Amino acid sequence: MEKRFIYADNAATTAVSEEVLSVMLPHFTKAYGNASSIYKLGRDAQADVEMAREKVAAALGADPKEIFFTSCGSESDNWAIKGTAEMMAKKGKKHIITSVFEHHAVLHTCEYLEKQGFEVTYIPVDSKGLINPEDVRNAIREDTALVTIMYANNEIGTIQPIEEIAAICREKKVLFHTDAVQAVGHVEIDVKKQGIDMLSLSGHKIHAQKGVGALYVRKGIVLPNLIHGGGQERSKRAGTENVPAIVGLGRAIEIACTDIAEKAAIVTPKRNRLIDGILEIPYTRLNGDRDKRLPGNLNISIEGIEGESLLLMLDLNGICASSGSACTSGSLDPSHVLLSIGLKHEVAHGSLRLSIEEDITDEDIDYILEVIPKVVERLREMSPVWEKMMNGEEVK
Amino acid sequence: MMYSEKVLDHFSNPRNVGEIEDADGVGEIGNAKCGDIMKMYLKIDNGIITDAKFKTFGCGAAVATSSMATELIKGKSIDDALKLTNDAVVEALDGLPAVKIHCSVLAEQAVRSALSDYYTRQGIDPLPIVGEIKEPEEH
Repeated sequence: MEKRFIYADNAATTAVSEEVLSVMLPHFTKAYGNASSIYKLGRDAQADVEMAREKVAAALGADPKEIFFTSCGSESDNWAIKGTAEMMAKKGKKHIITSVFEHHAVLHTCEYLEKQGFEVTYIPVDSKGLINPEDVRNAIREDTALVTIMYANNEIGTIQPIEEIAAICREKKVLFHTDAVQAVGHVEIDVKKQGIDMLSLSGHKIHAQKGVGALYVRKGIVLPNLIHGGGQERSKRAGTENVPAIVGLGRAIEIACTDIAEKAAIVTPKRNRLIDGILEIPYTRLNGDRDKRLPGNLNISIEGIEGESLLLMLDLNGICASSGSACTSGSLDPSHVLLSIGLKHEVAHGSLRLSIEEDITDEDIDYILEVIPKVVERLREMSPVWEKMMNGEEVK
Repeated sequence: MMYSEKVLDHFSNPRNVGEIEDADGVGEIGNAKCGDIMKMYLKIDNGIITDAKFKTFGCGAAVATSSMATELIKGKSIDDALKLTNDAVVEALDGLPAVKIHCSVLAEQAVRSALSDYYTRQGIDPLPIVGEIKEPEEH
């Protein structure tokens, strides 16, 4: 078996595409004007930033005036949540609803607000990684300032019933924000139709560069300024625009949001082949609902082995993947996402996430399906946990 | 996170993996909940560790420290093996990331746990010789 290099971690980040890079490059050396300058070089930069804004807005079904460029998805989340909290606290509303398995950009922001005197309700998810909209309805109170629920989970890829949750929020007159960093470009989003008040997105997940994101804020919602300074981003987020990055994001989202259904039709069967192939290994399970998930995401627990070892072994075989193990997170606890869907600690430690795109070849999939069982067998051979499982002993 | 070449080497080609069927001492440390379990097998002859093998469930550092610990005690006397510190394991591996130091402690304790079992099998109270075995803290 000839060694291959396969990047199967697109949920972590993506390569900047050639098409995106080509529209960015002139902005470094030729069209380098400050978008705030009066002369043509500056005006051109301004025009390009605004064109990018139109593209982001078009991809989401929003108005360009509702799009604010930021430096990343985490910044967008922070701004939406802390900004709403500050705004609503003035009206005596200091309760926030979120879910237990949000990205840390949301969870840690909520935890910070708890320390500032806000109350946070963490909605549970079911064993398939889905939120019941009725749980959101039941959690809403008179003093609820914001509901923030992710569009698609970053680890297990499950897509949440966003439209239903948004409808409940609208009915109860509570603002609704969604972290759509993993969803944009993979599922059809229309903020107006779906009733979304605020939405965070990130560039580097959709083949733009790292360090650029955006926040959609529905017209009529006036968030406090994030960065005080000049008049950029309608004075809400001051600081000279990162023109190349913004232009790149505009082109990237335009490409990513074209042919979403066609791309999903290509990638889903490939993903399913990987799922079925890996599940042939005994003592494995798919995490997250099989159908209500991002087309390129698969997350499988492999009992008896530990995730980081698996990733290192895969890396030695040229496969880039991700895991929910503690060791890959820098903490000693396994992924909060996997625990939230009811996995035991020792099972959560041995999880594998692959996030693929439509360019993955059948040969790549053959290779992955050849390598993974071998690597798993090797790790299980040296695992005392596996030995106990096979002897029918209790694993502590 | 950066692993040294030596850690990667001991991870990808671990030394002394397996079991010793007629081992004179077997120790196990850690728990699956924390994500690391090490099981260590020792063959002891006249106070000398003639063979050492291990099985590990855990991250790259857990495998590498187990591998290195077995290498460091093979052919040594029990007294020398008892002097094995986690720092010595870390040093022999050209360092470990800070978040992985606990793996080297597990390796040290796995050796002690196996020696403790050896003394127990001999009808000797291991506590005064080996000391307390430190289980990793629950999280």
